[in-house]
Amino acid sequence: MSTKTEKPGLFGLLAEFETTQAVFDAANAVRKEGFTKVEAYSPFPVEGLWEAVGHKRTWLPVLVFIGGLTGATCAFFLQTLTAGAHPDSLDPLIDGTVSTLTGNMLSFNYRMNIAGRPFFSWPAFIPPIFELTILFSAFTALFGMLILNGYPLPHHPLFNNKKFERASSDRFFICIEATDPTFDREATERFLQGLKPLSVTEVPL
Amino acid sequence: MAATQTALTDDIPVINPGYKFDTIGEKIDAVVLGPTPKGWFVGFAMAFVVLQALLAGLTWLLYEGIGVWGVNIPVGWGFDIINFVWWIGIGHAGTLISAILLLFHQQWRTSINRFAEAMTLFAVACAGIYPLAHMGRPWFFYYLLPLPNTMQLWPQFRSPLMWDVFAVSTYATVSLLFWYTGLIPDFASIRDRAKNIWVKRVYGILSLGWRGAAMHWHRYENTYLMLAGLSTPLVLSVHTIVSFDFAVGNLPGWHATIFPPYFVAGAVFSGFAMVVTLAVPVRAAYGMKDFITDKHLDNMAKVMLVTGLMVFYGYGCEAFFAYYSANEYEQGLFMLNRAFGPYGIYYWLLILCNGIIPQLLWLRSVRLNVTLLFIISIIINIGMWLERFVILMALQRDFIPSSWGQYAPTFWDITTYIGTFGLFGSLMFLFMRFVPMISAFEMKHLIPESHVHHHGDDHGHSSHGTHHEGAHA
Repeated sequence: MSTKTEKPGLFGLLAEFETTQAVFDAANAVRKEGFTKVEAYSPFPVEGLWEAVGHKRTWLPVLVFIGGLTGATCAFFLQTLTAGAHPDSLDPLIDGTVSTLTGNMLSFNYRMNIAGRPFFSWPAFIPPIFELTILFSAFTALFGMLILNGYPLPHHPLFNNKKFERASSDRFFICIEATDPTFDREATERFLQGLKPLSVTEVPL
Repeated sequence: MAATQTALTDDIPVINPGYKFDTIGEKIDAVVLGPTPKGWFVGFAMAFVVLQALLAGLTWLLYEGIGVWGVNIPVGWGFDIINFVWWIGIGHAGTLISAILLLFHQQWRTSINRFAEAMTLFAVACAGIYPLAHMGRPWFFYYLLPLPNTMQLWPQFRSPLMWDVFAVSTYATVSLLFWYTGLIPDFASIRDRAKNIWVKRVYGILSLGWRGAAMHWHRYENTYLMLAGLSTPLVLSVHTIVSFDFAVGNLPGWHATIFPPYFVAGAVFSGFAMVVTLAVPVRAAYGMKDFITDKHLDNMAKVMLVTGLMVFYGYGCEAFFAYYSANEYEQGLFMLNRAFGPYGIYYWLLILCNGIIPQLLWLRSVRLNVTLLFIISIIINIGMWLERFVILMALQRDFIPSSWGQYAPTFWDITTYIGTFGLFGSLMFLFMRFVPMISAFEMKHLIPESHVHHHGDDHGHSSHGTHHEGAHA
């Protein structure tokens, strides 16, 4: 395709579709045509649309798993160290070399003898460990999703296009962005028109 | 999927036909964007007045001290923990509907989940007041938090009461996150539909700029499913830990292994009853009968029936344990206190409310009779309150008759309890006015046009329940 200079201030071309099936088929066609800077928009999740546009599976679940492990670890050490566990009782757990450090830290804490139970009574620590695992995972899930999606972002060029208001209601869109290496104002518009959309409009920056 | 659902109510849809993507959104957003109905002002004003009872009750408590309540020795826990457990149990249905039914692909959950989640949050807010107020000196609440302090004293992590702090605060936080996650796309819809620039801005900020990109939806669905997967064990853990508050003690009548499952079932039981109590008037007032159909009420009635039977089984177990333990204290608790003691009448009322009356729900005609169902749901709410009361009154008579005592709530106990209804009601009215009360983007997923045919996938609309939400997890 030609490398004609784009019209200044153009974010991309927006094609509007009426049905989920139409946008799904169009997304597949756009991907097969070789466009990479493409995104589809829908008022609700359409099955497989992200794959049709050519996105890779998210690694958010890995982040959440790490978040959960962090929560579990924090809760375990929070309780173990503050419940007054003596370094000696931790020896099976922590190598003796660390004992000096933890020992100094623990000497600042009041050790609570509850009914003669061991200071390191790990089974009783499980409920808070469980809760903090859930808490950290949930925070990671929501904030991870928002950060990966780039939110909060109150304004976006797409909102300059009046038609896009229906993207949260009943219309489906595909936007080929001007930064796509194969983007060409006329050729891309012709290609999009070939997908039988309701309309193709410009998205000004 | 369709075949496994009950044949009897298959004829009732989860959303009445004739709706398109835009009409679903319009109908739901119209409540937020339209004028405030007169009835709303009346309802909110009433709730707000009742809320003042809470204010008065708590103010007097803080001024005068914990003695204004009926708690004494041996009954150190009274209305405060009864109402704490009652409210938090109500909250659990919200999580069950939004999380567990999502994982089970129960599409009928969709129109009631937002509503039920809001109920969860507000019920937890009401519940949270009690342990704080019961401290007597609530300004020292931070003693419960693991904070470094000059006294070098940390919380007692081996105590179920400490676990409660973690469980309930995690529960409140995760419920809020889950609720907000579900709201983001719906706030965006209101932003796009609003005409007033300030309404647009406020909901625009709340929506964080959501624009419904395919990749965003992909991550979103992942998040939503993970939050559901996390909330499911969480909700079970919360009421399990609440039951540990009792079961870990050595007191007869409390020290029973049946407590955790029986508490969880009771929580779901009372929560579903509360959802029915709220959904019936709300769907009538806001004309949402197309979205909250009789199918929903029927299904909720069935959940109440099942969990009610579990709870009833729990009562049976308690009685059987008392008999079979051959322990004179367990038997004494049951015979001299729980069933035939000073408050024995409440035990039998509880059996009536939670065990006998819900059996009417076996009948389809009862489940589909909105008035009867509404009355039964209120009876269950009362029954579940009585259950916690009866459990608590085990404190009255323990090992030595010389240490026996009796508990009676005072005027201020009752005022505070009534006041929490004001808090719950006020928050509920604000929610209905300013937040879309039904999840619009999930409702859109319920109509057949929302599904696409992938290659080699031609079973189409008949199975759309199984495709629903997170088929890509």
